[in-house]
Amino acid sequence: MSEQALIERRPLTRLGGLGRTLRRIMREPLGALGLSLVVFVVLMALFADVLASYPSTKLSPADRFQPASWQHLLGTDHLGRDLFSRVLHGGRIALAIALGATGASLVIGIVLGLIAGYGPRWLDNLMLLLFDALKSFPTVMLALTLVTLTGPSLTAVVVVVVLVSVPGYARIIRTQTLVLKSAEHVMAARSMGASTARILAVHIMPNVIGPILILASMDIPVVVAIEAGLSFLGLGVRPPMPSWGSILNDGFANIRDSYWIVVAGGLPIVLTTLGFTFLGETLRDVFDPRLRGRG
Amino acid sequence: MTVLDVRDLSVDFATEDGALQALKKVELTVPKNRIVGVVGESGCGKSTLINAILGLLADNGSVTSGRILFEEGQDLAHLDGAAMRALRGRKIATVFQDPMGALNPVLSVGRQMRDIQYRSGLSRREKDTRSVAMLRKVRIPDPEKRLAQFPHEFSGGMKQRIAIAMALMMEPSLLIADEPTTALDATLEVTIIELLKELQQQIGCSVLFISHHLGVIAELCDEMIVMYAGEVVERGTTRDIFHNARHPYTRKLLACDPARLSHRAARLPTIPGTLPDLRRRPAGCVFQARCEIADGVCSTMPPDAVVTEGHVARCWHTSEALAVEATA
Amino acid sequence: MTSEPLLTVSDLRVQFRMGGIMAGLSGQPTSIEAVAGVSFSLERGRTFALVGESGSGKTTLARAVNGLQVAAGGSIRFEGRELRDFSKSDWKPVRRRMSMMFQDPVGSLSPRLSVRSILAEPFAIHGLSGKDANAEVMRLLALVGLPRDFADRYPHQLSGGQARRVGVARAVALDPVLIIADEPTAGLDVSVQGEVLNLLNDLRDRMGLSLLIITHNLHVVRQIADSMAVMYLGRFVEEGETEAIFAAPHHPYTAALLSANPEPDPDKVHNRIALPAEVPSLLARPSGCEFHTRCPFAQDKCAADAPLPARVGASLFTCHFPLNPETGAALAGAG
Repeated sequence: MSEQALIERRPLTRLGGLGRTLRRIMREPLGALGLSLVVFVVLMALFADVLASYPSTKLSPADRFQPASWQHLLGTDHLGRDLFSRVLHGGRIALAIALGATGASLVIGIVLGLIAGYGPRWLDNLMLLLFDALKSFPTVMLALTLVTLTGPSLTAVVVVVVLVSVPGYARIIRTQTLVLKSAEHVMAARSMGASTARILAVHIMPNVIGPILILASMDIPVVVAIEAGLSFLGLGVRPPMPSWGSILNDGFANIRDSYWIVVAGGLPIVLTTLGFTFLGETLRDVFDPRLRGRG
Repeated sequence: MTVLDVRDLSVDFATEDGALQALKKVELTVPKNRIVGVVGESGCGKSTLINAILGLLADNGSVTSGRILFEEGQDLAHLDGAAMRALRGRKIATVFQDPMGALNPVLSVGRQMRDIQYRSGLSRREKDTRSVAMLRKVRIPDPEKRLAQFPHEFSGGMKQRIAIAMALMMEPSLLIADEPTTALDATLEVTIIELLKELQQQIGCSVLFISHHLGVIAELCDEMIVMYAGEVVERGTTRDIFHNARHPYTRKLLACDPARLSHRAARLPTIPGTLPDLRRRPAGCVFQARCEIADGVCSTMPPDAVVTEGHVARCWHTSEALAVEATA
Repeated sequence: MTSEPLLTVSDLRVQFRMGGIMAGLSGQPTSIEAVAGVSFSLERGRTFALVGESGSGKTTLARAVNGLQVAAGGSIRFEGRELRDFSKSDWKPVRRRMSMMFQDPVGSLSPRLSVRSILAEPFAIHGLSGKDANAEVMRLLALVGLPRDFADRYPHQLSGGQARRVGVARAVALDPVLIIADEPTAGLDVSVQGEVLNLLNDLRDRMGLSLLIITHNLHVVRQIADSMAVMYLGRFVEEGETEAIFAAPHHPYTAALLSANPEPDPDKVHNRIALPAEVPSLLARPSGCEFHTRCPFAQDKCAADAPLPARVGASLFTCHFPLNPETGAALAGAG
């Protein structure tokens, strides 16, 4: 304990002020690229109504298989729908599902992890068994089973994502909670008479969510891919609602007539996935290098 | 001959809030076959000093002036990585507060002690014989059997003794011991100190012993330096410092040690004030804000005033410090 | 009210389970007794120190008194009530009367909370947020001598001494009658140790507190405690008035601890009582006097018979051959 501590006092996973965080991210080339891509994708999705001049589901058989032009920035598909508006609206759905599902997984994972880590030993063992059981299912099998039971829907996609990601989050939270359980600041709270709920919410959770938030940001592209994949297979978003996955599927069906559709469906998936991955990895490296190699 | 000769050493760290001068014009000599103590409180620069000597400064740290002469030859401040690695462990050995820093938990003690001797050219059996002899020297009971054991099978005090045995295995010319007894109970602390003293004489190496514990320094060291806020404020023989301290900080630090009070005091002495911000060092004396005898001249950099030969205090008022206390 | 001490602990025992069923089946002990029948009492306004090496059970004992560790046997009477019968809800009001400080000055403060939130927390926990929390925080900061703007700092921005002051402020927030302090000066520089001990002494006098101090630092004990007990392997080997014990320890272990403190004087000639060997494991307690494996004065009797507690003046100790010669002979005969 000396000036060394002062100098190296860069607390891990302390997500300091927003401005400082942004500056740190922009200092890394990949971080800057990732952040720009993410901002671009989010803005496009947010302002889909303003930017796209055609309704995303309007059929126009006369305009089938149009290549890119000033009227149709990304061309049209086999039903004459404007691909640019379909991509933007599909982006909305993809991002909504990604954020919604990741958010839900986070909340559930954190709560379960805290309970497993702080609760009695038998409950911990039981929950670990449950997490392992869930983890051992392959994602696609799980999705197929669920869709067979309930039919394809947005909800099904979200449920699949939640089931797949909760065990991972919960395990990380549990391990860290277990460590903090006997930490002196937690003992101090107990000795003051703090309730279990207060200890978990005030003294443990703020100290364990840092790494998991970073991991979650790296999971967003995975969820985008899962949604696109399920929709591609016809197990996710149902037509005529636009989804990058279903656009891609349409593209493959009509690839002899027009390659534009595949490009229109594939490009946003690639850009979004890359953007979030670069951003997530930069966040991780900046705030918590210990997580490298995980997630 | 001097084993280590640090001259005018300054080290800066680049931080987000500007440069931080962690060491300022540090002067230090470790003669052959002597134990030199480094004493100072948190933030005094002890760790930076060790890291600078070992060439282990963090990436944002750099030596801005001075040199660190080792055995009157190599300048450690400007040595490349390979040459430094060749010295570390063989010529310069280290023992830290946590012995597990030196011990690998998944290898047996015997294996680790053999590994240290990889340059010796001895056979496996000869290496083990030397290991056993070394463990016996640090008073590990039944060393032949214990070679096969793993670090976790030893108590904290024994682990530290094994770490010392490993550090001294290659008979280094300099042992740097950084708070090696701080984590130990007082009864163990005493045995480690006595052990170090004995081994130092047997091997004939020099020791740079860092501690915040004045009693340990007094008992173990021949010479000592007192550090405050990255500067060596006073240096001399241990007797010079304990019996005739001239820097006001040294005097206050000595007075604070509750071990000096043979009876219960109504109020324990303290040093009012706080350490200066090393990013904005005061002009002149680094201790002036907390010093009772500071005056106008203290805002200019004080000289390293020689009290007697080898006893130096970085202060404008080395003779007045005594007078003030005599009247108080 | 003058009859009963503030805190009376009698024959307190704390056990830890070791290993699993397999260990039990293979005949190894399945539990260790970290605190093995300890009794002491603490009067109002006084300071009692528990001294011992690491593993002596002193921290476990303190946590048992504070209810953080379940006791296996014995009794803890605090303000006239038996705490061992208490349910979790019974404990809550007790926690206003008895607070605890933990070893690590910075680590015992919640890292993501500001000093303001840390100091306001005791009030929030006990439903006293009706009080002006900010005014209370300011009062507490003033009480421990920290500037007001420290309220907005976070634990990692505090030095060890400053963090310790915050810990003291939190401990006295609800006007307790007893503070249990585990190594209150651990990890602090000597000049700061003095500040913290002065502060604790001041608060004790001003607020009429009682202090239970756990430490391995005998200098701390001497400066703050009225009476003390020396623990070894979960039991008291010597207990009495601090001054008396420092002047003339009876138990060889106490004497060894006292002599083990290196003094800041290079010319000092040390007459040490060296303790050979290591502290025995709690899984294999030595026979007879449990200290005989390390005692430089041990004789055959020590390995065979456990000594009974003996009393000289206000001191209580367990040793067949106590050190103080003028009384020692008589005691050895009586034991």
